[in-house]
Amino acid sequence: MMEIGLGHYLAVAAVLFTIGVFGIFVNRKNVIILLMSIELILLSVNVNLVAFSAFLGDLAGQVFALFVLTVAAAEAAVGLAILVVYFRNRGDISVEGVNLMKG
Amino acid sequence: MLASLAFWAFSGVAIASAFMVVIARNPVRSVLFLILAFFSAAGLFVLLGAEFLAMLLIVVYVGAVAVLFLFVVMMLDIDFAELKQGFLSYLPLGGAFALVLAALLAMTVATWQASDQAESLRAAAMPDGMSNIEALGTVIYDQYVYFFQAAGLVLLVAMIGAIVLTLRHKEGVKRQSVTAQVGRDRNEAIEMLDIKPGQGIGE
Repeated sequence: MMEIGLGHYLAVAAVLFTIGVFGIFVNRKNVIILLMSIELILLSVNVNLVAFSAFLGDLAGQVFALFVLTVAAAEAAVGLAILVVYFRNRGDISVEGVNLMKG
Repeated sequence: MLASLAFWAFSGVAIASAFMVVIARNPVRSVLFLILAFFSAAGLFVLLGAEFLAMLLIVVYVGAVAVLFLFVVMMLDIDFAELKQGFLSYLPLGGAFALVLAALLAMTVATWQASDQAESLRAAAMPDGMSNIEALGTVIYDQYVYFFQAAGLVLLVAMIGAIVLTLRHKEGVKRQSVTAQVGRDRNEAIEMLDIKPGQGIGE
């Protein structure tokens, strides 16, 4: 069992980020899973920030992770609200018709 | 020893459940795996000594965001089998893109080095002899107080936006009108009748 260093955490964050991007590619039609993939990407960014903060001894990284968390929560709330309105108008949530939202 | 074991367990569960979020057929399962991924990420944060962020992750994500996702998934009546149709056709492109991205990140992580001046360039060095939450509090409410207020504004705008987007007025619903109730006066509320004995009010 190796000693766990900064590189291990960075690797985990990189894998999470890649899975999130992969999810955006393969779930092109399902906006809900698209939003969840974005949450995964933001989570991997947070893991990076907190890992660097812990190993450098700098609290600014954790403060920044806190703000990333705030923005991610706001983004999820507004995104899901748009999704609900879109579903109410169209009856499905396929991304193909989204350009109809243009005014 | 125990810490490294915990690291492997948490990171393994996080990566496996993140993968299941992406490939699960049923979105309800996706949400539940997302909750599991956030829980294990919170475990990683505890291992890193960021207890406050770990608890915040559980409270905000598991308590609010994931429940929001679950609520929307269950409330919308969607044919999920139809939404999954393009999965296999997008798989080669997505897989190739993910592999390239993973290779790039691996190269970066492998060759990356900390600067010599990194120690002296710290924006907010961790104070000694303070718990994580205490140190974070002194930094957030002092050095980053305007950013903290701005984060509050972001949440306020998001809240107002979500309410404005989803609010709808239904026709034919009887509502209480407070102004009409308060604005009523004696002249329209009371009618004085002069009733003769033995006749009653009549019509």
